[in-house]
Amino acid sequence: MIPSIPQPRAFRAAYMAYVLLFFVYLALPLVVVAVFAFNDSQFPSLPWEGFTWNWFFGDERPMIGVFHERPILRAIGTSAIVGSCVALLSVAVGTSNAFLFNRYRFRGRGLLYVLMLLPLVIPGIVLGISILVFSSTVANGLWDAVKYDAEMLRPGLVLVVLGQFSFITTIATLVISARLQKFDQTLEEAALNLGADRLTAVRTITIPYLMPAIIGALVVAFLMSFENFNTTLMLVGSDAPLTVAMFDRLKEGSTPLLNAVSLLLMIGSSLLALVMIAFQRRS
Amino acid sequence: MQSQARLGFFLLLTPLLLWLGLLILIPHVDMALLSLRERVGVGQYTTSLANYGIFFGEPLYMWTFLRTAVMSVLATVITLIIAFPVAYYIAKMARGRTRSALFLLCLVPFWVSELVRTFGWMILLRETGLFSSLLQWAGLATGPVEMLYNDAAIMVGLVYTSMLFMVVPLVTTLESLDDAVIEAGYDLGGSGLSVLREIIIPHAMPGIVSGSIVVFMLSLGNYLTPTMLGGKDSLWFTELIYSQFIVRFNWELGAAFGFMLLFLSSVIVWGTLRLTGQTLERTMG
Amino acid sequence: MTPDLECRTLCKRFGDTLAVQDVSFSVAPGSFFSILGPSGCGKTTIMRMIAGFLEPTGGDIRIKGRSMLNVPPNKRPVNMVFQHLALFPMMNVADNIGYGLRRAGLPKSEIVRKVGEVLERIGLPGIGSRRVDELSGGQKQRVAIARCMVLEPDVLLLDEPLGALDLKLRERMKIELKSLQAAFDTTFVYITHDQSEALVMSDQIAVMNHGVFEQVGTARDLYYRPETAFVAGFVGDSNRWAGTVEQVDGSTVALRTAEGLLIRSRAQGKALAKGEAAEIFLRPEAIRVARDAADLAQFDNQVSGVVSSLLFNGAASRILVRDEVGEEIEVTLPQSGEFATLSRGAPVRIGWSGDQTTCFARQG
Repeated sequence: MIPSIPQPRAFRAAYMAYVLLFFVYLALPLVVVAVFAFNDSQFPSLPWEGFTWNWFFGDERPMIGVFHERPILRAIGTSAIVGSCVALLSVAVGTSNAFLFNRYRFRGRGLLYVLMLLPLVIPGIVLGISILVFSSTVANGLWDAVKYDAEMLRPGLVLVVLGQFSFITTIATLVISARLQKFDQTLEEAALNLGADRLTAVRTITIPYLMPAIIGALVVAFLMSFENFNTTLMLVGSDAPLTVAMFDRLKEGSTPLLNAVSLLLMIGSSLLALVMIAFQRRS
Repeated sequence: MQSQARLGFFLLLTPLLLWLGLLILIPHVDMALLSLRERVGVGQYTTSLANYGIFFGEPLYMWTFLRTAVMSVLATVITLIIAFPVAYYIAKMARGRTRSALFLLCLVPFWVSELVRTFGWMILLRETGLFSSLLQWAGLATGPVEMLYNDAAIMVGLVYTSMLFMVVPLVTTLESLDDAVIEAGYDLGGSGLSVLREIIIPHAMPGIVSGSIVVFMLSLGNYLTPTMLGGKDSLWFTELIYSQFIVRFNWELGAAFGFMLLFLSSVIVWGTLRLTGQTLERTMG
Repeated sequence: MTPDLECRTLCKRFGDTLAVQDVSFSVAPGSFFSILGPSGCGKTTIMRMIAGFLEPTGGDIRIKGRSMLNVPPNKRPVNMVFQHLALFPMMNVADNIGYGLRRAGLPKSEIVRKVGEVLERIGLPGIGSRRVDELSGGQKQRVAIARCMVLEPDVLLLDEPLGALDLKLRERMKIELKSLQAAFDTTFVYITHDQSEALVMSDQIAVMNHGVFEQVGTARDLYYRPETAFVAGFVGDSNRWAGTVEQVDGSTVALRTAEGLLIRSRAQGKALAKGEAAEIFLRPEAIRVARDAADLAQFDNQVSGVVSSLLFNGAASRILVRDEVGEEIEVTLPQSGEFATLSRGAPVRIGWSGDQTTCFARQG
């Protein structure tokens, strides 16, 4: 079943058709979402009422476009802030973890490594509630003990960031570790040999080598944070990130406004993905 | 030099310990303690298994729990069956540019939020949706057909949402299988089926296991898809947790539910790893 | 007697390039046949066509007289030892060897017996339960051969199986392969780019270049009587010059190199005419070194010069001699002790017989 093994023509054709069908299946929901963003109707469904840009630029009821819809714009901003925080935090810790597991052999290393992987196999919603429970335990404790109201430990953006960070860090660690493992340590030794101290060697040799992985991890972390729903839902306060805001809208009934937002999201994340691929090609 | 290395070690160890301790381990212990707490009066609590008693005593909870588990397993199996031929095609049949293009195409839908993907299926499946209109246009249905709000719709959504996490590990492991090994299988008299059974699938096992674990986890812990695509009767266990925490504000019971979900997923993940002789480090790391 | 393997005007085209061009040959039962050529010459393509992983563009492949066209690889009575062996990493040694037998539907007890027997024959009894990655390079090699031989194929194909081994082991495996072939009494078709592997093991060797067979013959034929310039240059070491024909006298010709050295040689292949461009080949070991002109009286080629370089390599030591016109000639240095004191710059005389020199009309 590789090209060098002769197969009946019919089998090959059927196989090709299956793969083609698979990609149609993958594309269908996204294409539909994108197309109905331009439907001149109150509902993202057939019949097709004609083409319009109103769901992007419209500024009168009932067709207020994305760019004039305050709550949505604010939600996008919130998501971007949360995503940036999560990306920076998780990549920083992920890089540190990668160095720890790659460079040091110590007792309990195996156990810590398994613990590091654990967030991948904990359902997101459980991660969310456990952090919710613990943070309110701490907040209540603080109140009881010193009468201090720790506002940041109540549901809100800080908890959302912590909740997403708790599992995205694992992904960042894996992405960066994978590249660090391929790094030839004699390069660092060569730098030491040429007069650099240990930290300088890491800064000037190892970190530049890791850069594609670090950028990749930043993009992945940002996108995962932007998309995250389960953990966020349990920790969100009054400021809703985009996915939660859209979810609330969707429960009330959908308008092509949501299609327009979705299309923008698709374009945004494709662009980010392209930037990342281009960057990795170059290095 | 020695002390410098020690300092570096502790500097690197600290963030890891803080992260795992404060955000993973202690919160789960705290949640476990909370689930063992029973409210006996205003501000008065005792330690008991009462919350778990409620869980096991109420058929709706048990039923939802089992249903979620079974459907997640089913979603995993369906995803595997759909993904394997595609992953094999990308890894072993396609060559050069086609291969990387197909692989990228597989990733594209997942750069988009799960919410958008689910929304897409809603537009397709609902009464006024595309499929319904298509059926009517073709004369296969006389009136609007509602395909949303049932278990099949949930399944479609779960499988779609998880596809990437199955395809990627499968492509990676299958790519590492040398073509010559497959050719050797044929050369020694093997047929397509026996090569698949004895060579390709055993080789792809780590990918199958890691893909299945991730897909199972994602399905089990999914909230969005069952809520949006499922109907009134298709309750998902995460919805129970959500309602105890956010709607009823009964955190003790919610914590017990959370623990049951964690327990179920751990048992199934651990069982799969044992059954296939894999380890978490090898499949995930 | 029908040959075990016969290829008739075999062709393979990839797009615009002709990888294999009208290749015909036959391999006698029980013999060791090698295809020797540089990488990219088309030898792997031939092998893969015989195994059934590539479809010929033209021509026929017959095994024991039966055409193999349209026979899928898993139905052909040939088996192949792959370049990197392609042992199944997911199975132990016994399961690897038993794989083909299971495909043939043999009963379990029979498979166990046969696997045991073949392990015995390759000198590795009792390793059946080992994992593949626990074996040494040489053991893997033998298991890969056993995995094929247990099926008693009409022809065994070997695709540079020694390539991945280190030098010492490769030397040993050459001898071992030859004796395994004798023990199993099966036809081996072996492809390699390493001439010493081909020369040591083969009954017949085909030298291949640019998709065609340049010459088919025994190791001696190829070494002593190359029929083309490519074979002369590819097999063994040679001094090699470009020159023009000055004089033709029956089967001997006199040529002058670009630097002006006059060389007498026997002509090979196409007859040469005066003034024609030619390539000249002379093996370093065909040259006699002497301090005295009298010692070289019997040779029709005699040159005097100085030692410009000493290339010590034990028994294979050589010197470079620069003659009066400036040509450098590589000469094998006898290790009888006579020239032990030879040093750089020393004057020497060298001579060789025109019979030992070959020349070919220059191509293109």
